[in-house]
Amino acid sequence: MSWLGQSGMRARAAGFGPLAAAVFTVTLVFFTVAIFPGRGVRADERANPAKEIDYASPLEVLLSPDGARLYVLCQQSEEVRVLDAASYAVIKTIAVGRVPRGFSLSPDGARLFVTNSWDDTISVIDTGAQAVVATWPVGAEPSSVVEDRSGKRLFVANRISSDVAVLDAQTGAEEKRLLAGRGSSYLMLSPDGSRIYGTHVYPNPSPHRTEPESEITVIDAARAVVADRMPLHAIAGVFHAAFSADGRLGAVAEYHPKNLVPIAHLEHGGAFEDTLTLFGSDVGKPVEVPLDELERYAAMPFGVAIAPDKSRIYVTCGGSEMVLVIDAQRLLRFIHAHPAPFALDLSASSNYVVARIPVGRNPRGLALARDGRKLFVANRLDDTISVIDTQTNRVASTIQLAGPKNITVLRRGEQTFYTARQSFQGQIGCASCHIDSTFDGLTWDLEPDGFGRDIVDNKMLEGVKGTEPYKWNGGNPNLPTECGPRTEKYFWRSEQFDDLTLTDLVVYIRSLKPRPNRWRFPGGEMTPAQERGEALFTRAVDKFGKPIPEINRCSYCHSGLKGTNQKLFDVGTRKPTDNSGVLKSAPLTAIALTAPYLHDGSARTLEEIWTVYNPEDKHGRTNDLTKDELNDLIEYLRTR
Amino acid sequence: MKNSPLHCLLMIAVLLAVAPQLLQAAPAASAAPPAMPRFRFENFTTSNGLPDNHVYSVLVDGDRIWAGTDDGLALYEGGKWKTYTTKDGLAHRAVLSLALDKRTGDVWAGTMAGLSRISGGRIDSFTQLNSGLSNDVVYGVSVEGENVWVATAAGACRMNIRTGQWTLYNERNTPMNEIWVYNVSATPTKVYFAVWGSGVLEYDQKTGRWDKYDDPDGENEMVLFRDQGLIHEIVTSVSYVDNIVWAATYFGDSRYDGRYWHNFLTKDSGLPSNFTNTIKGVNAKRAWFGTDKGLAYYDGVNWAVYRPSLKDGKPEMTVRDAEGKVTPVAVTTAPAHNYVLGIDFQGDDIWVATAKGLSHGIRQKQ
Repeated sequence: MSWLGQSGMRARAAGFGPLAAAVFTVTLVFFTVAIFPGRGVRADERANPAKEIDYASPLEVLLSPDGARLYVLCQQSEEVRVLDAASYAVIKTIAVGRVPRGFSLSPDGARLFVTNSWDDTISVIDTGAQAVVATWPVGAEPSSVVEDRSGKRLFVANRISSDVAVLDAQTGAEEKRLLAGRGSSYLMLSPDGSRIYGTHVYPNPSPHRTEPESEITVIDAARAVVADRMPLHAIAGVFHAAFSADGRLGAVAEYHPKNLVPIAHLEHGGAFEDTLTLFGSDVGKPVEVPLDELERYAAMPFGVAIAPDKSRIYVTCGGSEMVLVIDAQRLLRFIHAHPAPFALDLSASSNYVVARIPVGRNPRGLALARDGRKLFVANRLDDTISVIDTQTNRVASTIQLAGPKNITVLRRGEQTFYTARQSFQGQIGCASCHIDSTFDGLTWDLEPDGFGRDIVDNKMLEGVKGTEPYKWNGGNPNLPTECGPRTEKYFWRSEQFDDLTLTDLVVYIRSLKPRPNRWRFPGGEMTPAQERGEALFTRAVDKFGKPIPEINRCSYCHSGLKGTNQKLFDVGTRKPTDNSGVLKSAPLTAIALTAPYLHDGSARTLEEIWTVYNPEDKHGRTNDLTKDELNDLIEYLRTR
Repeated sequence: MKNSPLHCLLMIAVLLAVAPQLLQAAPAASAAPPAMPRFRFENFTTSNGLPDNHVYSVLVDGDRIWAGTDDGLALYEGGKWKTYTTKDGLAHRAVLSLALDKRTGDVWAGTMAGLSRISGGRIDSFTQLNSGLSNDVVYGVSVEGENVWVATAAGACRMNIRTGQWTLYNERNTPMNEIWVYNVSATPTKVYFAVWGSGVLEYDQKTGRWDKYDDPDGENEMVLFRDQGLIHEIVTSVSYVDNIVWAATYFGDSRYDGRYWHNFLTKDSGLPSNFTNTIKGVNAKRAWFGTDKGLAYYDGVNWAVYRPSLKDGKPEMTVRDAEGKVTPVAVTTAPAHNYVLGIDFQGDDIWVATAKGLSHGIRQKQ
């Protein structure tokens, strides 16, 4: 079926051309969702379509050192569930902090550490008592945690502060923070305990419109310093890593975006390559290997496990909703026989991918039994754990986690957001670019208007409700249009969403709330610099006493709670490659997190918006400010 | 006339004038010079791996030596040099200053066009356009806790590594008359700034208060009263150790203990030149001085100078004792050049950045 889908086909059947059909589709969806918001929603949810229900949403799984217990980190219900690893019966449910994202056991298995990403704490669980015995404050958005072998130090990856905090493992006192990659999120201890490997979900800063750069941060566990950084060229979005038991083979799951070429032609080569980078002495120089195969993509690789005998590598693919099984020895033979880069070769993976095991929705964390015969996979969006028999590569059983049985609009919307089923050949999903429903730190060439035309910065989705029109040029009046025809046309090149699915998706996106702002005090009080910055933000007179025209005041275009008056302006940032310089006033929600800036991502930092791209004061009157004052203004903006 | 009162007075005056010299000369003639550190200097230049002979700064990090040169940041490790350039992300090729974050191992480099952070081989650069840095010409940098303190050509600033917040210090919020800040020495209690033309600035970390130390003689090139205060307004370097401020100027150097000043000039100390580029306190008593006429060491009483001879360029070491007697010490090596710009210590060894190479002074047993 064409991207026009059934509605468009009805229009065509009625004698309209393709353009009219598209308009008809847009209009129909708009009316369905915006004018009659109850339409398309299941009857039992009409009263409150966005009602939040605490599903378990298992994100990560762990086995105790003796293999007797299975720990399940449930992100939405904010708890750790302790299951009997043989019978799968729930032994205990332990409440933790807000939006837990990662957990790990101490080497002796006596303590379980949980990172609570939205309240910036670590829950310390005594696995004997099965209770939280301490809660320690850490950095901004802790996402992963590991204890060193000696039990002296705890290492915590903080996503917002992009660092790894080093804590005293007994007291939780923070010793220092190590610079990590941007969006520092996942940590892994090497089998010999000497190194900790850290990955990050957003690319490190790099020049505009160059390939993204990421890294594996290698930490010397004994000295607690960064020993090395393994560059991951052209990678943006790096997730779990795993080592073979002998420590000779490491593998990390990652996205390889193709953001420098127009995404509009998804069918001409895809928007992403889903890859692993292999490293370690078995490999020599790190090598990137593709997981995708034509028409069999491995969208959103996330979790990695290597069999104890190093025969297999298992990769969860959150978007493709499967577990990829790789013959590790064939893979090693292949990379040694093919020294040239082949990360984008869609024929390569057939040489080493031996099975694709369908599992639940949005599979994430995985854990192998010690003997390697069972593989547990957390299916985040249907509250199940798939138990895979690794001898047969089949799901032997599915553990249903206790929780709500009814599936809400919100839940279905989230499932739609994270699946790659909708797109051409199942290549991508919304979450490919909006990692964990946020952004990806990349600029994209979206429209079919030629290479390098109308480059756009990917935007944060949190708080997007009520900030219409959408797109940088304000071309989409509402989310149903933004997420429906636009996405179907330019991204999916495939099946369009049916009305119900689009409604689900829009409801989910509208539900995304901004995460806690770490630059803002809970009580709303401000630092002196933030206060001075706010005064500059709202000023109506410049430093020479001249009135600032309304249109040149920060607080005019960026008014309201979300920092946008939702109107279009030319702020002098049009580039030769832009078809228009008229842009929508961008919301300021979580602006401290979302570099790069401006519509095309040309400003790498907030400072550059004004020091480089505002020579004529069209983007607010700022050229009368001293450097101190510009710093104050930025301090204030970070509180938004 | 011979026995006249006037003659007597003249004789007394002459005796008074020459007595100190006579008193000094007599015992010194037979005493050995004080034992001062001796070094065998190994020099690095472009001929053995350094990217450029003009070395502005040097930093010791355990077994690793960082050298800020006019053409890149060089790292000496395992007997080999590796050079980081702007292609690696360095803000500018000319690296004027270096500081080590001892907790994390990160190195901070002040360059002619921004501040760079070198962490595990990755370089991130901060400029006045892409960050809150006050000016791109970074003369000095110092790390204290989570703060990086920066001396620039347009005031000083502080970046909190954890929050990313920048705080600027200039004529608007400090007693800084001039904003050409050459050097900074930060500790958890006090932060000192060497300001070119504006003396020494002191920032109290606890109270947030500023204090300023000026030359009591103002911009006069005369010292009216000895040890009255800071020796000169044009301060090039400052080092705060053991609650003692060591300050270098182009017109002599100073030591300040919080109450009393003690100044060092060539005419009344072992300082080889009043034109001092850098000063590095070892403790409350001892300090090293990098001048335009050699490297000098002061142990609280005696002085030693290490340099190629100003006359013939041959290696030279001299020791000046408490009485002012200068004794040459036979040496076969000397720092690469007399124009010394940077100093750091590696145990008992010393590393010296000069205008014509980097020198490793290997301490010799005496």
